[in-house]
Amino acid sequence: MANKFGGEEKKWVGKALPRKEEDRLLRGRGRFADDIKLRDMAYLRFVRSPYAHARIISIDTSAAEALAGVVCTLTGKEIVPQTQPFIEIGPDSKVRDYPFAVSKVRYQGEPVAAVVAESASIADDAAELVRVEYEALEPVMDAEQALQDNSILHEEAGTNKIWHGVFEYGDVEKDFQDAAFVVRIDRLHFHRFSSTPLENNVVIGEWNLKDDRIYYSCNNSFPSFAIQFLSAHLNVHIDRIRVQTSDIGGSFGIKITNYPQMAVVALASKKAGGRPVKWVETRSEHMTSSAHGNERTFRDTRVALDKNGLITAITSRHIDDCGAYPRYEPLGCVIWSQVFPGVYRFKNARIDFTQTVTNKCPVGPNRGYSRMQHLWFLERVIDICAHELGIPADEMRMRNYIRPEEFPYTTPNGCVYDSGNYPGMLELAKQLIGWDAWKKKQAEAQKQGRLIGIGIGTTLDSGTNNFGQSQIVNPGAPFSGNSQGANCKLDIYGEVVVAVGSCPQGQGHETTAAQVVADVLNISPDLITVRTGFDTERNVHTGFSGTYASQFAVSGLSAVHGAAQKLKTEMKRLAAFVLESEEDDVEFGVGAQGPELRAKRTGKSINYWGLANIVNVNSAVLPVEMYDITLNCRYIWRAPFKVPDKQRKYGNLTLTYASQLHIAVIEVDRETFIPTILDYVAVDDCGTVINPPIVEGQVYGATAHGIGAALLENCAYDAVGNMLTSTFSDYTPITALNMPKIKYGHIQTPSPHSYSGAKGMGEGGAAPIHTISAALQDALFSNGIIIEDSFNNADSLFRALVGKEICQAERLVKLERRAS
Amino acid sequence: MPENIEKISVKLNVNGKTYVRNLEPRLLLVEFLREELDLTGTHVGCDTTYCGACTVLMNGAAVKSCTVFAVQADGAEILTVEGLEKDGQLHPIQKAFGDSYGLQCGYCTPGLLISTYELLSHNKQPSDKQIRKAIAGNTCRCTGYQNIFKAIQLAAQNRTRT
Repeated sequence: MANKFGGEEKKWVGKALPRKEEDRLLRGRGRFADDIKLRDMAYLRFVRSPYAHARIISIDTSAAEALAGVVCTLTGKEIVPQTQPFIEIGPDSKVRDYPFAVSKVRYQGEPVAAVVAESASIADDAAELVRVEYEALEPVMDAEQALQDNSILHEEAGTNKIWHGVFEYGDVEKDFQDAAFVVRIDRLHFHRFSSTPLENNVVIGEWNLKDDRIYYSCNNSFPSFAIQFLSAHLNVHIDRIRVQTSDIGGSFGIKITNYPQMAVVALASKKAGGRPVKWVETRSEHMTSSAHGNERTFRDTRVALDKNGLITAITSRHIDDCGAYPRYEPLGCVIWSQVFPGVYRFKNARIDFTQTVTNKCPVGPNRGYSRMQHLWFLERVIDICAHELGIPADEMRMRNYIRPEEFPYTTPNGCVYDSGNYPGMLELAKQLIGWDAWKKKQAEAQKQGRLIGIGIGTTLDSGTNNFGQSQIVNPGAPFSGNSQGANCKLDIYGEVVVAVGSCPQGQGHETTAAQVVADVLNISPDLITVRTGFDTERNVHTGFSGTYASQFAVSGLSAVHGAAQKLKTEMKRLAAFVLESEEDDVEFGVGAQGPELRAKRTGKSINYWGLANIVNVNSAVLPVEMYDITLNCRYIWRAPFKVPDKQRKYGNLTLTYASQLHIAVIEVDRETFIPTILDYVAVDDCGTVINPPIVEGQVYGATAHGIGAALLENCAYDAVGNMLTSTFSDYTPITALNMPKIKYGHIQTPSPHSYSGAKGMGEGGAAPIHTISAALQDALFSNGIIIEDSFNNADSLFRALVGKEICQAERLVKLERRAS
Repeated sequence: MPENIEKISVKLNVNGKTYVRNLEPRLLLVEFLREELDLTGTHVGCDTTYCGACTVLMNGAAVKSCTVFAVQADGAEILTVEGLEKDGQLHPIQKAFGDSYGLQCGYCTPGLLISTYELLSHNKQPSDKQIRKAIAGNTCRCTGYQNIFKAIQLAAQNRTRT
């Protein structure tokens, strides 16, 4: 057998390898945080505010404490002297954020107290006995209203405004003077929704009073970020906080911001004498008070176009609603600018960006975070301009797309798009859906009075971000670049064990990391154990470790690759010594005694056990000059970023740009106004694919989230701040009944930035939201409708078509034709 | 208050094993399975009978164990995900889900496996529509259902073959 030794042939990377995660999950043996039970564990339940905005007059916990089985209670007043307010990312922020409301509540569901009891059901009973007296205040539910500061959420800040900045590039006004057409769009609105992972937040915390350390088992999805917040908040050295995660039942970014609940659990454990305390969130708690995605309003948009429909400049005013506390914000105020021009060629633009608090659930990074809102806005601009100018939607895009030969492409704000082929994706998507046939069917259907629309959505999934962009929102922020860690070792008996700093939630990291190492060592992935799930004490994490922002294929696997190569180099050196051979003559392969290294000339070999044995338990045979060999190799991969120019808001903010192009055919029923998807295609480009079915699965998942968000899922509040969708029965996540069949296609434009050519993927850029808005507008434009909101259902379409309350083109859009 | 509540004696069979316990009447079946029997494969996702992560088979019918009191299961035969494998070998439905990449995070999977088990027990060749209907009560947030549809079709095919 002509084994390819030594070289790194891509034997496993790129292959549809079955997932290593599957066996335990299929048998019901996954280990999710709620599955963990500790000796002497107590249970915590929160008491939450029914008001969106109110002053706390008094909290009486005596009846709860008197209940048999109650261990203790905890309130905001009690924790203030023991803690610091959470770190604020914004500049000179005066917001004081504690995990409990202290003097007032600012959203419905905000925790005001907690009870700890011997059982979860006693904790439930006791929470009912806590009496809280409130004085209701005027709630602020609308972002533009909030900016008028008539009712202020954080008095100490003196304003509801969290951040404001202008992103301006090029000579914008000159383009408007020279324009052949100017389109004005009064208002567009991107709604609030959440990807609602099926597993709610769970925290088990133990403030061990014997060693004064805090031990967490939880499902936080960015623990290295959480421990930085917790350490400062709890006044505990960061090394004294251990965070472990195991299997996580989805996060989609939402579980990044459960650190306030982690703080409460630790403080409750301390008060309970160091007993482990478990908190399991209910679905209603999750819906009202975990995290939602950012809501954004786009005002006074002006678009300059030349006579061919090429967009030359855009100006607009964007108002982002971050809910009651900024938490991860105001990072979203810059993160959208990773995709400043979207997939389009325009060079000149001015975006005036403001973020405000309102009396709603705080936002958190949700799949497609901050970029999807902006990308939806740009796709709306494209489709509204196309319809107004009478240019077909596909043609409009072809004229405005960045062209394949222009990559790497530098955007007006200095981001470098690594690779892509948007026209190629459009062509493929049109083929897969049968564009011409649908166009014919649409024309025929229209004659019969049916409302059928065909929409295109082109979007980006920017991955591996440059944390230096935080300095654009706060020049004093001490973050920049990006890095990930991994460790690859031969254990004492020669097993290959890989540890990574990620905490996957179904992305298949165990599998893809094994594929990478298998290629480096030329062994089967079955022989490789991959430890995922975060553990501070594995010491493979950096300050950026976690699973978020579409990056594992780039940052995570590059770290794994680096660690495996380091290990390979050490193994080769050691084997050359043992086999009395030259390093170049040592080959990697599998022999009768398992994986081994062989000397080409002599045929002598040593297996992994033999090598590990020498280093770990037989080290007297090692010459001194080989004492540096550990066969336990840690590697930190760093993204090649520079700190952006803060004044100009200019620089490369992300390393890779995966792209998605979707086409939907939708019919709006004339009588019920229910929109139905008749056909759907998703084309994806995430560069070189490491494991095709894993990628395809994530494309489907992101597509489902987007379709759900566009048609079914809306975090709705009434005028006084009651959340109207606080259960799944009201929020209605997409099910098997309303999920259409998806036609899938992909192209590969390899990224020059990752060792394998892969780009980060998984968030999907919210392509379906853009696509469905486009298709609905295509169906209804002849009725004077433009789509002004990212959420559309039978009710809103009725209000548009019959009530003529919303989406009226003549009210929202003005087209100015200039004499040429 | 809890200490005054009379416990109720319950006898039920779970995955072929008989259990006799005195239980609080308010204890949910899912709590009984997870907390008393440590069968943590059955999950809780929504508390309101929407998501189906807690689906188990009760006397041959798929039920949401978050909406059944444990005392209601007195005398019942329950099958949970842990009871699907035989002598360490995956059940053909489990295998089909694995082969089709029908799961990602795996949190909804136990419920989906049980709903599929029920479907295929009375319908050997379900149509696409019947599959969708059978799992309409099982929410999956990761897969977009496409590979789950494939998995159920594959499980049905494999079953018909054997």
